[in-house]
Amino acid sequence: MAARSNAPAVAARVVLYVVLCTAAALILLPFAWMVISSLKTNNQVFTAPVQWVPDPVRWANYLDIWARSDMATWLKNTAFLAVTVTFLQVLTGSFAAYGFAKMRFPGRDVLFLVYIGTIAVPWQSYFIPQFQMISGWGLNNTFWAIILLQAFGAFGVFLMKQYYESIPDSLCEAARIDGLSEYGIWWRIMVPLSVPAIASLTLITFVNTWNDYLGPLIYLRDRELWTIQIGLKSFIGQYNAEYALIMTGSVLSVLPIAIIFLLGQRYFVEGIATTGVKG
Amino acid sequence: MTTTVVDHPAGPLGRPGAAPRSTQPWHRRPGDRLKVRNALIGWTFILPNFLGFAVITLVPVLTLFYISLTNSNIFGTATFTGLENYVKLASDKSFHTALLNTFYYAAAHIPLTIVVSLSLALLLNRKIRGAAFFRTVAFFPYITSIVAIAVVWNMLFSPEFGPINQFLGLFTDGELPGWTVDKDWAMPAVIIVGTWRDMGYYMLLFLAGLQTVPAELHEAARVDGASAWQRLWNITLPCLRPTMFFVTVMITIASFKVFDLILVMTDGGPGQATLVLSQFIYNKGFVQFQFGYASAAAVVLFFICILVTVVQFLYNKRKEA
Repeated sequence: MAARSNAPAVAARVVLYVVLCTAAALILLPFAWMVISSLKTNNQVFTAPVQWVPDPVRWANYLDIWARSDMATWLKNTAFLAVTVTFLQVLTGSFAAYGFAKMRFPGRDVLFLVYIGTIAVPWQSYFIPQFQMISGWGLNNTFWAIILLQAFGAFGVFLMKQYYESIPDSLCEAARIDGLSEYGIWWRIMVPLSVPAIASLTLITFVNTWNDYLGPLIYLRDRELWTIQIGLKSFIGQYNAEYALIMTGSVLSVLPIAIIFLLGQRYFVEGIATTGVKG
Repeated sequence: MTTTVVDHPAGPLGRPGAAPRSTQPWHRRPGDRLKVRNALIGWTFILPNFLGFAVITLVPVLTLFYISLTNSNIFGTATFTGLENYVKLASDKSFHTALLNTFYYAAAHIPLTIVVSLSLALLLNRKIRGAAFFRTVAFFPYITSIVAIAVVWNMLFSPEFGPINQFLGLFTDGELPGWTVDKDWAMPAVIIVGTWRDMGYYMLLFLAGLQTVPAELHEAARVDGASAWQRLWNITLPCLRPTMFFVTVMITIASFKVFDLILVMTDGGPGQATLVLSQFIYNKGFVQFQFGYASAAAVVLFFICILVTVVQFLYNKRKEA
C-alpha cells in the first residue's frame, strides 16, 4: 500500500528536480558563458560549435585588463560611492523610520503618504528638472550629485519602518519610563534590535549603487570620476572586437556584487520580502 | 479635560493668572507642551531624510510641470510657451513610435514576468532539498549590473555565431532570427532579457506572499479530493491576491519606465525599433538639450504611471469589497 502511493510521489519529485535543474541551467547560462569567454582568446569566443571548455585556459586576460583600462580607478570610485551612499541611506532611513513607526505627531501620516506616492513616480519622469537643479548648484560632474541622488531614497524608510513596527511598543514605553530619551531609545534599543533589517538595507543599497548606470551616465563626465558601469560601457565601445577582454571586464564588474550577494543573501531575501508583503 | 483640576490646585481663589483658559489661548496646558515637544522630536527624526528626499525628489517632480510649459534649453534661458511642447509632441513621429514600443514592451513583459515568477515561486514553495540554491540562482540575474548582462546577451544573441542561434539551428534549416540587429526581433530579444532579469525579484515577493496562505486550507481541500490544479485556482491564487496586486503594480511601473537595459543593449535601435518613452525623454533632454520639450514627454510618462497605479488600485478595492 505504502509503496504504491509512494511511486507517483517519487516520480513527481524527479520531474520537479529535472524542471528546476533545467531552469537553473538556463538562468545561469549567460554567466557561464561570460566566465568561459573571459578565459579564451578573441578568436575562440565565437566558434561553431560553441567551445564550452577554454583550451588553453587564458588567464592573461585578467592581467591585461588592468593595463588596457582604468579598471582600478573605476572600481575605487564605485566602491567609494557605494559605501558613502549606503552609510547615509541606512543612517537617515532608520532614523526617519523611528519617527514614522514609534512616535505620534501631527503631519506624520501625510508625510508618509508622500513617501509612498513617489513609488509610482519613475525617476525618468523628473530626472531633467533634477539635473537642472543639481547643475545649478554647480554639483554636476562631481560625486556629490550621485550621493545626493541615491542617499535619500524612500526605500530605506519603508524597509526600516516595516521592521520597527514588528518590535513591540511596550519596549519603547518601558525605556521611556526608565528615563531614556527618544534618541536614546533609537540608538540603544531599536538599532541593536534591527540588525537584520539594517543588514538587508545595507546590502540592497550597496548593490543598487554599485550597479547604477544612468545616474553616473548623466552626471559623471570626467574619466577620473567614472564608475565601473560607465567605464565598462566605454571600454566595450572602444574595444568592440576584443570579446574576451570585454567578458573579463564584465566578470570583474559582477564579481564583487556576486560575492557580497552570496555572503548575505539571507538578508537580501528577507529585506525584499518585508517590503513586499505589506505593500 | 481632566487635567484642569491638576492645573489649578489653587482653586477659584487662585492667582490672577488662573483666569479661565479660554481668554488666554497662549497659556497652554502642560499636556500640550509635551505634545509640541513630542512633535518636534518626531520631526527631528524624519527631517534628515525628508529634507534630502524633498529637495532631490519632490522639488523636481513639482517643477517638471512648469518646465514642460517652457522652451528651457542648454543656454539656461526659458520662456513660457504654454502648451506648445505638447502640441509638438502630438505630431512627433518618434514620440508615437516610443509610446507604441513602450506599450509593446509592457504588454509582453508584464504577463510573461508574472507567469514565470509565479511558476518559479510555486515550484520552490515546498520543502525540498536545494530550494535555497534554486532561489539564489533565480534571483542572481537581478543583482548583476545591466552593462555586463547586456553585453553578454548581445553576444549570445549574435545572429551568425551566437550560441542561441546555433542551438536554434539544430532544429530548423529556415531563416534564424536576427535578434538585436533585426527590427522585428530586437524587441522580443529585449523582452526576453528583461524577463530573465526581473523574474527572480518578483519570485521572492510571491514566495513571501505564499507564506501567508494557510496550510490547513490545502490540507482540508486535499482531504476533500481537490486536485492540485483546483487547489491552485481556488485556494492559492485567491489568498495571494494582495501580493498579486502589489507585484502587478510594481511590474507595470517598471515596464513603462524601462530604460537602462534597452539603452545598453540596443540604444533604441535598430532604427527606432526599441526606442521607448524613457529613452525618448533622455535623448531630447540629455543629447539634444531640449529640456522643455523633454519635460513635456516626461509629464506623459508621469501620468501613464500614476494612471495605471490608480486604476489597479481602484480595481483591487472593488474586488476586495
